[in-house]
Amino acid sequence: MGTTGDLATFRVELRKWLEANCPAEMRDGLNTENTICWGGSRWQFSSDAQRQWLERAAAKGYTVPTWPVEYGGAGLSRDQEKIFHEEMAAINARSPLQSFGIWMLGPALLHFGSHEQKLKYLPSIARGEVRWCQGYSEPGAGSDLASVQTRGEDKGDHWLVNGQKIWTSYADKADWIFALIRTDREAPKHKGISFLLMDMTDPGIETRPIKLISGASPFCETFFTDVKVPKNQIVGDENRGWDVAKYLLTHEREMISGGAGGLAGGGRALGAILAEMQGGLTEPILRSDAMRCEIDALAIGLTLERYKDQAEAGSGAGDASAMLKYMGTELNKKRHELIMAAGGSDALEWNGPLGNRAGDWLRTKANSIEGGTSEVMLSIVSRRVLGLPG
Amino acid sequence: MMAKLVMTEDETMLADAARGFLDGAAPVKALRALRDAGRTHDPKLWQDMAAMGWAGVLVPEDAGGSDMGHAAANVLAHEMGKTLAVSPFISTAVMAATALRQVSDKRAMDALGKIAAGEVTYALALDEGSKFDPDATQMQATREGNGFRLSGQKSFVVDGGLADRLLVLTRTDDGLTLFDIPADRDGITRDARNMIDDRDAVRIDFANVEATGEDVLGQVDHAMDVLRPAMQAGQAALAAEMTGVAAGAFGMTTAYLKERKQFGVTIGSFQALQHRAAHLWCEIEVTASAILHAGRMLDEDAANATLAVSLAKARATATAQLAVQEGVQMHGGIGMTDAYDMGFYMKRARVGAEWLGDYGYHAEVVAKERGF
Repeated sequence: MGTTGDLATFRVELRKWLEANCPAEMRDGLNTENTICWGGSRWQFSSDAQRQWLERAAAKGYTVPTWPVEYGGAGLSRDQEKIFHEEMAAINARSPLQSFGIWMLGPALLHFGSHEQKLKYLPSIARGEVRWCQGYSEPGAGSDLASVQTRGEDKGDHWLVNGQKIWTSYADKADWIFALIRTDREAPKHKGISFLLMDMTDPGIETRPIKLISGASPFCETFFTDVKVPKNQIVGDENRGWDVAKYLLTHEREMISGGAGGLAGGGRALGAILAEMQGGLTEPILRSDAMRCEIDALAIGLTLERYKDQAEAGSGAGDASAMLKYMGTELNKKRHELIMAAGGSDALEWNGPLGNRAGDWLRTKANSIEGGTSEVMLSIVSRRVLGLPG
Repeated sequence: MMAKLVMTEDETMLADAARGFLDGAAPVKALRALRDAGRTHDPKLWQDMAAMGWAGVLVPEDAGGSDMGHAAANVLAHEMGKTLAVSPFISTAVMAATALRQVSDKRAMDALGKIAAGEVTYALALDEGSKFDPDATQMQATREGNGFRLSGQKSFVVDGGLADRLLVLTRTDDGLTLFDIPADRDGITRDARNMIDDRDAVRIDFANVEATGEDVLGQVDHAMDVLRPAMQAGQAALAAEMTGVAAGAFGMTTAYLKERKQFGVTIGSFQALQHRAAHLWCEIEVTASAILHAGRMLDEDAANATLAVSLAKARATATAQLAVQEGVQMHGGIGMTDAYDMGFYMKRARVGAEWLGDYGYHAEVVAKERGF
């Protein structure tokens, strides 16, 4: 927290810093899956500007502005963070780095990890040097995630991991994986899972990309055959991995919903995008759908802000993050339906005159499945928030 | 930096106190009793509200008000929506007070004091057709000597039957002008309408009604300087009330889902109904953010509150309508009966949807503000 004067000073200095350090090419506001920098040891920068922007931002802790300075962040307060996002939006800056390490593992480590683990794993995430992937779903454990069967056998100083994960986003590009592994097969299903960290270059780990309807392969199958995982690579207590998993899922859900609400809240209006595509927005159905979408997007964006403010005041979103995920992803699907409609036949070509609209549109269909389906989200709200019998 | 989108301690206490009072003094059955008695207003209830400082919620302290601000006014309106409490709160305490505050000369301060004391009530005569469209006002105020003659008709004047005074929007030579006149002045004929929400609304005929320059609120030809802030305050409070209506209908519905048995189980165990209820909760929760935001903007940056207010009214309108429709559907046949309270929520939601601009009106404002 700072006084109003401190915050004003912070804003002025930040603005100066952004002006001097954010390359012009990074000021197009493009924060799509295909344009952002994901980092990692195998990352190919799309331009010198992308590399510069990452390096300069990381040096200031601005890739993870709210993380503590000792772990690679800038230690910003919630008020400063708001200013940070406002100033970034004001110059239409791309996010310098986005990753599952930032969105998911980082918050979980900050909450459950030991100081040594934080020092070991967080700074390399903040600098974009190590890219993480998430090993949650399995062929037999989708919506029923707690029934994971990939097994870790206790071998004294390590676990011996065998099994298979699926829908592992960018496993083929990741350096490390955080995964839910069954370490007690006798316990009730939620009580026998541990949250383990594994180096993707370890012997016995294999990945195979899955081609999707969008033509892209962001998801993989990941196979584990006799992989040795040292005992210090567990987050939280043994067999209490479900607590970590759930905590992380609330961040994942807020992140997925943020893609929809935040984009529309801080960024351009959908109607303005459609109007630009069509040279005006007069077609009555499209216009009215765009207005509804805009109204919902703004309100969802405000809800994200409200939950962040609540979190700062001491009460996190908890089960209500299921609401954010549900509302945000359903909205994002609608947005992309409207963008396709506005594009008409120009949007029907792969990498056609409008870019990869079709690929983006198809990708959004997974939004209401990944990280918990819309139906699972509604069931969570129904049981845990409304107290209906389940 | 704007205040947080979290209820402050004061706001939470105000909401708790309001809920405690309204549950006892103005539950839905009070509205039912009023309707059954053929009445559209409860002066005693308004006096009690005034005694608690609600009538003066936007009146400066030196004029005798409690001056709690718009976010607080929204908290009160929200609680009133939950129990369908009948009062001239929005027309008098929110809109008229906000209009008078823009002027703040001696006369306006006196009027504000009377509002806070519950001694005077106001209604706003804005609409002329079936839709809210103040910019298209046709009713004439013709100059005559040092004064004016007002002639024309106004419709859907909410609280116009009970009101002691009227704020009347008229067209003058070079714009729109707002008059503040007694509701019983010669030439004014009020025609009480039998409204679906059982509340006070009238059509008014103005036949050559005399008005002086003193009766003009604000400047001649510049009504919107005074009226726009008032309308925005009213729209935000109405949006808060509509969200309260949604929450009230939703509360009844989830209670019913937990109690009603069919096929040997409570119907709330059926996933089809769980998901309908959960979706409705999500919509209400998202709308609550827009309401909170509108209150903060009106309190801290009123000149730039247009988007926030229209967003709140649009969301609240849609959410309340969804809540009452889902409410009746999930109740089944009993939700259709007059003996059950759900219908009162449905009818209030419909009236609230139209008053001060419907979904389409506010959606157009949002689109304009957002550059399309």
